[in-house]
Amino acid sequence: MAGQNLFASRILIHLSFWAVILLISSPVLFALIVSTQSPVEVFSYPPKLTPSGHFENYVEVWNTIPLARMFFNSMLISVLVTVGKIIISLLAAFAFTFFEFRGKNLLFFLTLVTLMLPLPVRIVPLFELIADLGKTVSPHLGIDSYFALVVPFLASATGTFLFRQHFLTVPSELLDAAKIDGCGPMRFLFLILLPLSWNAIGAMVVIQFVFVWNEYLWPLVATHSEDMRVIQIGVKMLINAESANNWGVIMAGVMMAMLPPLLVFFLLQDSFMRGFAFMKEK
Amino acid sequence: MEKKAAFNSKVLPYLLLAPSSLIILIFLFYPALETFRLSAYRTDAFGFRKMFVGFDNFSELLVSPDYGKALVVTFFFTLWVVVIGLSVSLALAVLANQKVRGIRFYRTAMIWPYALSTAIAGAIWAFLFDPSAGVLNYFFSIAFNFKPKWLTSQELALGVIVATTVWKNLGYNIVFFLAGLQNVPEQLKEAAALDGANSWKIFWRITFVLLSPITFFLLIMNVIHAFFDTFGMIEVMTQGGPARATNILIYNLYRSAFVNHDVGTASAESIFIFILVMFVTLVQFRTAGRRVHYQ
Repeated sequence: MAGQNLFASRILIHLSFWAVILLISSPVLFALIVSTQSPVEVFSYPPKLTPSGHFENYVEVWNTIPLARMFFNSMLISVLVTVGKIIISLLAAFAFTFFEFRGKNLLFFLTLVTLMLPLPVRIVPLFELIADLGKTVSPHLGIDSYFALVVPFLASATGTFLFRQHFLTVPSELLDAAKIDGCGPMRFLFLILLPLSWNAIGAMVVIQFVFVWNEYLWPLVATHSEDMRVIQIGVKMLINAESANNWGVIMAGVMMAMLPPLLVFFLLQDSFMRGFAFMKEK
Repeated sequence: MEKKAAFNSKVLPYLLLAPSSLIILIFLFYPALETFRLSAYRTDAFGFRKMFVGFDNFSELLVSPDYGKALVVTFFFTLWVVVIGLSVSLALAVLANQKVRGIRFYRTAMIWPYALSTAIAGAIWAFLFDPSAGVLNYFFSIAFNFKPKWLTSQELALGVIVATTVWKNLGYNIVFFLAGLQNVPEQLKEAAALDGANSWKIFWRITFVLLSPITFFLLIMNVIHAFFDTFGMIEVMTQGGPARATNILIYNLYRSAFVNHDVGTASAESIFIFILVMFVTLVQFRTAGRRVHYQ
């Protein structure tokens, strides 16, 4: 009797999981289905809830917006910011954790303060600064440049704190042993700390790649030419271009635009969960 | 500040911090200070002359009915996103904390919308809520026999934005709640169970209390998400409309700065946002110490 009840409650738990997952995923599943339908099917009543074979929607996206160029831009920016941010915040966290120096508290405090300065707090002067750099120094630093999309975002308080938090968990015996063996600071960083930090780095890769790929406001403001637009703006352009609300084509574009960050997430999900929220392994 | 300062070097720490500090100074501190200066000026309509106007930009915003509405809309938007979002996420995290076969798959399948952008979430939900093609209206007309025009109705549009944001934030919230739930000591729950507490009581009296630091952290993060990350969603779904019903502060700022090119007003709006963020961050710092106990 007790065994049967246990069995029944197990089944109930599994069913709840499937119900929840179906509910959470259903918007994207509907979008996926519609991306294969013709306009007639999209607007049919009652709605057609099964996929169709109109993959020309995906081709239509390529003909409507410069998808390849936008993909390239988004990819380049996301990779550069992710890698650059991780290197820069690893170095900063290393200095904050393993060194004693004049002005340390001040620099740490200044890093902390940046948490209060999200883009909206400084967007107007940042735009003017970038525009001025483009006019007076070089167009490669101005509006419509990769510099404008990448460099202002390379410093990260979040990254510095995440890595510092992680470094603080490294046992001090390890450090003592390394020093006795005559290991210098940079060797210690690269040969001992780095191999211990893959979960934290993996988490940062997911957080930053997803963040940069999905960023909307700054790319909208800092680029004007179609050549420099990113894929998020492309989604909006697609909606504007398909004025008859040809949802099949729009959803086909959406499906392609969401793929890279999803891939990064699925590949690194274990590191993401452990390193991000300091989750225990169970 | 901490226990393990280990290496002695006069130059190296500064070299290590140079890239980070340079970017912070040039692209964060300098523009932030510049925002304060610009907020005290007004540029004439042709963009030729700058006039010092003191606090006029601020006082005009405060008496502007449009900006007042943006404040109210932002408040209710944030409130609903936090209350609904955190309740749903906590319930789902409790489910995801079960020990069953296939739990790794279940967890992944619950949090993956984390990787979608707000613009993409907006595009998908705009389709779901489309009056003629959207599936939601089909279900609604069957269940309640009415087909609202969701995104063009002042009352409903904000609700749609709230729903989309809650959905989009689920993954993030579940990850943190789950981490918090896994750190609740089993012995504590077992002891309470031995004393005759039922699982409902154990959850609210033990688990929920021990979870409060995480809940608080997520509350702050959800407020920040609602303030800023929603921009792409609003731009794709409603552009702040209808009749400014979804015109939250960040969208208003964008329009002032880059559509109306009103640098002075936009800078004053940035300062208001800064004050809000500063308040939220300071509250977080003050209570952050408590979080450490449970991690």
